[in-house]
Amino acid sequence: MKKKILAAVMAATMALALTACSGGSTEPAAEGEATEATEAPAADGAGDASGDAASGDLITVGIINNDPSESGYRTANDADLKAMFTAENGYDAKFAYSLKNDEQITAAQQFITEGVNYLLLSAADTAGWDGVLQSAKDAGVKVILFDRVVDADESLYEASIVSDMEAEGQRAVDWLLGQEKEGGLKVVHIQGHMGSAAQQGRSGALDAAAEEGKLEIVEQQTADWSTETAMEIVQQVINAGKEFNVIYAENDGMAQGAVEALDAAGITHGVDGDVIIMGFDCNKWALKEVLAGRWNYDGQCNPFQASYIDEVIKTLESGGTIEEKTIILEEKGFDAETITEADIEQYGIGSEEAE
Amino acid sequence: MANASGTKERSKFLSVLIKIITNQMFIPIAAILILTIVNLVADPSFFAVRYGTNTEGAKLFAGNPVDILNNGTALALLAIGMTFVTAASGGQDISVGATMAIAAGVIIKIVSGSNTTSSTYAHPLIVAVLVALLAGILCGLFNGVLVSFLNIQPMVATLVLFTAGRSIAGWITGNLSYKFSAPSFKAFGQTFPGVPIPTPIIISIICFIILALIFKFTTLGLYVQAVGINENSARLNGLNPIAIKLSSYIILGVCVAIAAFVTVARTGTFISSTFVKDIEMDAILAVALGGNALSGGKFNLTASIIGAYVIQYLKTTLTALGINAVALPAYKAVVIIILVIISTPSARAWFVRQWQAIAKKFQKVEAKEVA
Amino acid sequence: MKENSVLEMRNISKSFPGVRALQNVDFTLCEGEIHALMGENGAGKSTLIKVLTGVYSKDSGEVYVKGHDNAVSIRSPQDAQNIGISTVYQEITLCPNLTVAENMYIGRTKNILQNWKKMNADADKMLSALGIPASATQQLGNYSIAIQQMVAIARAVDMDCKVLILDEPTSSLDENEVEKLFGLMRDLKARGVGIIFVTHFLDQVYEVCDKITVLRDGQLVGEYEIENLPRIQLVSKMLGKDMDDTADIQSEAEAYDDGEAEPVFEAEGLVSVAGIKPFDFYIRKGEVNGFTGLLGSGRSECVRAIFGADRVIGGKVKMHGKPVKINKPIQAMKNGIAYLPEDRKGDGIVGDLSVRENLVLALQVMRGFFKPFSKAQAYKFADEYIKLLDIKTASADTPINSLSGGNQQKVIVARWLLTNPEYLILDEPTRGIDVGTKVDIQKLVLKLASEGKSVTFISSETDEMLRTCSRLVVMRDRKVVGELTGEDLNQNKVMSTIAGGGE
Repeated sequence: MKKKILAAVMAATMALALTACSGGSTEPAAEGEATEATEAPAADGAGDASGDAASGDLITVGIINNDPSESGYRTANDADLKAMFTAENGYDAKFAYSLKNDEQITAAQQFITEGVNYLLLSAADTAGWDGVLQSAKDAGVKVILFDRVVDADESLYEASIVSDMEAEGQRAVDWLLGQEKEGGLKVVHIQGHMGSAAQQGRSGALDAAAEEGKLEIVEQQTADWSTETAMEIVQQVINAGKEFNVIYAENDGMAQGAVEALDAAGITHGVDGDVIIMGFDCNKWALKEVLAGRWNYDGQCNPFQASYIDEVIKTLESGGTIEEKTIILEEKGFDAETITEADIEQYGIGSEEAE
Repeated sequence: MANASGTKERSKFLSVLIKIITNQMFIPIAAILILTIVNLVADPSFFAVRYGTNTEGAKLFAGNPVDILNNGTALALLAIGMTFVTAASGGQDISVGATMAIAAGVIIKIVSGSNTTSSTYAHPLIVAVLVALLAGILCGLFNGVLVSFLNIQPMVATLVLFTAGRSIAGWITGNLSYKFSAPSFKAFGQTFPGVPIPTPIIISIICFIILALIFKFTTLGLYVQAVGINENSARLNGLNPIAIKLSSYIILGVCVAIAAFVTVARTGTFISSTFVKDIEMDAILAVALGGNALSGGKFNLTASIIGAYVIQYLKTTLTALGINAVALPAYKAVVIIILVIISTPSARAWFVRQWQAIAKKFQKVEAKEVA
Repeated sequence: MKENSVLEMRNISKSFPGVRALQNVDFTLCEGEIHALMGENGAGKSTLIKVLTGVYSKDSGEVYVKGHDNAVSIRSPQDAQNIGISTVYQEITLCPNLTVAENMYIGRTKNILQNWKKMNADADKMLSALGIPASATQQLGNYSIAIQQMVAIARAVDMDCKVLILDEPTSSLDENEVEKLFGLMRDLKARGVGIIFVTHFLDQVYEVCDKITVLRDGQLVGEYEIENLPRIQLVSKMLGKDMDDTADIQSEAEAYDDGEAEPVFEAEGLVSVAGIKPFDFYIRKGEVNGFTGLLGSGRSECVRAIFGADRVIGGKVKMHGKPVKINKPIQAMKNGIAYLPEDRKGDGIVGDLSVRENLVLALQVMRGFFKPFSKAQAYKFADEYIKLLDIKTASADTPINSLSGGNQQKVIVARWLLTNPEYLILDEPTRGIDVGTKVDIQKLVLKLASEGKSVTFISSETDEMLRTCSRLVVMRDRKVVGELTGEDLNQNKVMSTIAGGGE
């Protein structure tokens, strides 16, 4: 009996903790496995946030995204979408999150059944979407892909708004090749999770440059996006007495881990230092490091796609057509020489210290 | 005559050898020796210790041996708690990585306040550390109650926080990447000005001393082993097995919080999704490498701690050998599988039998010679 | 084979390392007969059953089953079922979350497709034929243990069984449920099924059985018609004491004449969750008394209740006339009570720990968490008791596992002596240990009593108890049924009290 009561209490505690997570803030639900939980749009205080009655003059959109807890990038991406697709902007939005393809497909079918006007999709996996997209087309639901592509015929969607990971890497490497170091560029390359799109894009250009002999890769290891592992790798490189003058880390955290290892070993870095530091993702704190000259470069992977989607929808609603279905997001690379406070404000992910 | 005494000496030597092989500390210490030989052959400079200067101009020790002790701190702390949990409840806590993320998330959130990037304390550090300790203890309590009161298999019980922990940490930090760069904060993960030894090493030594004192001045070791080996018997000797199991999870919670603090202070950055990813497996392996039975009961804490440093040593060695980055986890797995297999009691019993067979052969040969 | 027999076992032998569990045992079961298989612990009942059901393979001997011309070979429980031998165990081995019908037919069809409708109809027919108040489509878990047991029997019967083995089926049933089960058994008997009934309850044997086969120490004592074997004879055959031989064995214990002394411990209406009836009990200073009764009669449960080893749910206890609260072992220990449990391996020793650690454990727990004994002190205790009790161990650091049973037991005795208890409970301290150690322990008990300690002693061997105890509390079917002192302390009286009723 005692045990049963205890079990109930434990269950209640867990449930409470989880509801506290989702209900406690206007931020998205934090459950790792949040599935087809079709949330009302981030209410924003608007009384008629949901409800089909009000949808007469609003455009209904069903948004299927990866779970925001995946990364800071995804969180920023989700927040951007939530800020755009509000009643004030003429939208009635429903959100579904999952990192699993099958759960996303279920959510998509549900949105189609509910008869949304637009289905916005950031697919977990490229394969397996033909059937759903076909049925969306049959039901007159217009599909816009964002952030990730799917293996489906171009006729099944209106537009695909994506980052060009190769271009990101190429932009960074082009910048790097513009730098001059005594004895040539000797790069310590810290990779992200092997096989991920970001890793492949960002590694590709560097590998190509090395093959062409434009730079030398002294060390190439994966830190699996982990700050601590990146630090250990750079410690090792230093301990082994290898010479290097560039840290090319495929995300901000790993770049920071590398910097900590350099600092501890008394190796200078940044604009006036011995080693060039390069990162990706444009967290606000990372851009501040660039601004302060402790890092040299930070490459953007643009999470702010809502305005592109909005534009596409506006065009379609006003009877226009989308000529080029694949829309590449505008992305930047920030250089310590040229970055400004305004850039950090506009492009940085996260919140900045109030001075 | 000389031959006979030779036989005696030889069989004595073999029996000493068997004693060494069957000792619990044999495996971790042998592993250290093997790794050391590998590194000496590959590149003796692996062991060079520098007395260098950091960018702030402070003197400090560096080099692989220091880095191994330094970077192994979190794992060693987890191994301590994991050993208690394993011994008392006969199972492992697989949520330690996730709960470390919670504790570290709590710390970074409290010191940073609402800014993802800052260098001034929003709240005093001591508050952050105390709340992190509380979070660690609460997580331990949660797991412990499931295991001890409700008799759920430890791996199943801790699956809850294993799954939910990183999401909770993500919720605490809004899934954002944080950077907190106050020098007094990072000092806990790097070095204090004027102290040439990395702070994590000092923290781990303090923890080991506290642990030694606990073992000297309390009966914790005896109680945990008694409960782990025979719960019924322990109860009939006046012990409360539930309380003892619960306290083992609380001890682990404290270890998790300290490990999280040291790790997050090391770089001052935090993101919930990748923070100490997969560390739970290393923590369990440390216990196994220490020759402790994963089914609980008798334990040797020193062996677990050495086991933790062996894992760190192995990681460092593999990186130093330039093992292809992608293949690294596979190499690690192979090495660890071998170590774990030879550290099981049945495998060691097999070795002993082989040795004894060899000893017998020797004796026969010698006896013939004498004849 | 005899004409009406369904099962004959001839010259069955089975050895385990170091033990001859069965030696040339014969057993015959007739059609339409309920046959009790009786014997104390270690007599070989369960080994015989396991040989019959294919769990163990026999070393020698033959088994004949009706309908098979030659001796049958049973290599697995599946074989046993195929030739019509079914077993229903004490613990329900069905799945409570499946329906009654599914439980009855699960794993039995060879077809991939299952005709659910037919299965449910068949099950209902079967249940109503046997008078079992259960519905085929209900979840099994919704029914009481008794009904679940009956469903298990129905499952067994439907497998065309000729021989039904019921292993302790009544131990978790209340009286009404037992009656219902007996009704079903009589029904099956009328249909010609041979039933082997294993139980510890004498009353039940005399209520439903036709024949009794008694085993002792792995050997057949005999097969008897129920009417030819009075209870007292049954008990004496089970215990291996002939009435007349044992009549003159006198208690070697010095007559305990301190009848005026204050009781050290008293219990009134004590009852625990272990299923014993409330009982009263007391023990005086310097007294040695004991609980006696057949295995399963509740003697261990009584002392466990005294020590708080099982959860106490009623009754009052006093130490030296003052009411005390004993709900868990530590409270009993603090009141000067020590308890050596019956199951040495399961409840006594802490296997991998050293002799020294095992020895100081109880005293250490009483002393407290923050006051560990120094190693030197622990070694001193260990060495002292190793010498005192002549414990044969390589050193105080040897794991207790590697000691012989008798020496393990001595360590546990030492553990409790070290706590210097006023009242020591020894539950089967002499089971499974060598004769020398047995005598040592008996002597020790008498010595302790002469030093003014009170001891409660339990043993399956009645002579041992007669030699050491000055008062015996007799138990039957989980009830205290008598108390013997003085002249009544002899085998005959003990056995007739254990047997009770009937005579």
